[in-house]
Amino acid sequence: MAKGVWIVAEQRDGAFRKVSFEIASAARKLADELGDEVSAMVLGSGIEGIAAELGKYGVDKVYVADDPAFEKYTTDAYVQAVTKAVKENDPAILLLAASVEGKDLSSRLVGSLATGMASDCTDLRIEGGKLIALRPMYAGKAFAEVEVDGSPQMASLRPNVFPVVESAKAGEVVKFDPALDAAALKTKIVDVQKDASGRVELTEAMVIVSGGRGMKGPEGYQILEALADLLGAAVGASRAAVDAGWRPQTDQVGQTGKVVSPNLYVACGISGAIQHLAGMSSSKYIVAINKDEEAPIFAKADYGIVDDLFKIVPELTAEVKKIL
Amino acid sequence: MNIVVCVKQVPDTEALIKVKADGSGIDEGGIKWVMNPYDEFGVEEALKLKEKNGGDVTIVSVGPARALETIRTALAMGAEKGIHINDPALEGADAYTTASALAAAIKEIPHDIVFCGMRAIDDDAGQVGSILAELLGIPQVTVVTKLEVADGKATAVKAIEGAQLVIETSLPCVITAAKGLNEPRYASLPGIMKAKKKPVDVKDAAALGISVAAKAKIVKMMPPPERAPGKIVGGEEAAEKAAQLVKLLREEAKVI
Repeated sequence: MAKGVWIVAEQRDGAFRKVSFEIASAARKLADELGDEVSAMVLGSGIEGIAAELGKYGVDKVYVADDPAFEKYTTDAYVQAVTKAVKENDPAILLLAASVEGKDLSSRLVGSLATGMASDCTDLRIEGGKLIALRPMYAGKAFAEVEVDGSPQMASLRPNVFPVVESAKAGEVVKFDPALDAAALKTKIVDVQKDASGRVELTEAMVIVSGGRGMKGPEGYQILEALADLLGAAVGASRAAVDAGWRPQTDQVGQTGKVVSPNLYVACGISGAIQHLAGMSSSKYIVAINKDEEAPIFAKADYGIVDDLFKIVPELTAEVKKIL
Repeated sequence: MNIVVCVKQVPDTEALIKVKADGSGIDEGGIKWVMNPYDEFGVEEALKLKEKNGGDVTIVSVGPARALETIRTALAMGAEKGIHINDPALEGADAYTTASALAAAIKEIPHDIVFCGMRAIDDDAGQVGSILAELLGIPQVTVVTKLEVADGKATAVKAIEGAQLVIETSLPCVITAAKGLNEPRYASLPGIMKAKKKPVDVKDAAALGISVAAKAKIVKMMPPPERAPGKIVGGEEAAEKAAQLVKLLREEAKVI
């Protein structure tokens, strides 16, 4: 009988990513309701030393797969190892992050474990001993409650949504031998090009400063970047700005870009097309700065300023400087 | 080179989504149906590869009768033939079942590269491409923004948080397409005329020999939570408005 809540914790360059603590905390909550243990699996190279840290967030046992083949994430190697561990231990629930890596890994695991998964969830609960997941669809234009019948019941969790809760557990470290079949590894990473900006990624940012058609051109974004740097924020863009070539595709927020849920989303010169609103309306607080008081963005905003963003944003930056 | 592209018909991004009162699904009245935008990037990339290397492009779609329009759109763009998996039992199918149907159809035809969109913009699950790769027993590179195929291997660029990865994979493989991969072409008028005569095979679950038992089920759908009405920050000068806003964000919202 399947038992226990498992997570796959994500690390990069030998440090856990914050989302790993979010899913550990969410797993603890579910396990407490079920009266079960939380186990985490972590893969990497030379990472045994960090494994026990997960105990702080409610993990009872940490399975460590330490191998040079796991230094960087590759689908082949990670899926092989996690599939083996899950089949051997038969957990009832398996949670992963809906990060770029977690989405790739979790989706392939659905295939290798022949189960079902609720992706990119924003809430989880137990009902009648079963996992019920809440997740947005249509980029947030609708929500669905999903029940998984397969085993394990899988869910990937949207970063930045689940609170990090400290609750000390043993965090007992157990070595896991993945017995990798090297012949089955078909992909390799041949290059890693780090982004020069050093800014936090949109889907993980606590604050996003975003610009649309009202920025008038690529130069306009300089004032947003200045404000973003001060707030430790990511810089986003509307589809109009990306299609105009002002900003890279990776910056696009909306139904055909990224769906984000920061604490604060500052929309500058964004009118609020429905596909954009879908991508950011789960933000905790929304600020809209726009000259056009009729712009649909104001209907979603907690705070609105009807004025020229080129006057307001530099003043905002100056004000923020005073208090930080 | 034999290329397969999986496409899905979805509501247009501008569509207002209304959840039915009983929570059983969405109200499909008045919706304009289009090809999933990420799948369009897959079709375009497949056509570019075919134009360079020769071969043909097969379009596969799981969907009701109306999904045939989306297959025809891809044929009008330049693909050779289609497979339409149409079975009432597959309506609203979960990712595993959909991928099983696609895999069963694709196993029967030669495939060097299989393209999918990185996710469909209706259910936003983003699972089908990876499950399909697993069921076909071939490698995958997901969320690809650049692709080169030469000497029996593919080299793909993928954006992760804070970096771009260059990933090399053997063929055959599954590539899931992201925005940035290319600019999809429009179907030409002669293309649209020709597409009407191109072959589309129709298959159901029984013909594919797959189980339709869902592993993940939507229990209930609901509209998104309403946002409380906001306030307009007033003031005479820009500086005054900015100061007000920062005060609110700091003291009321406590987000900076």
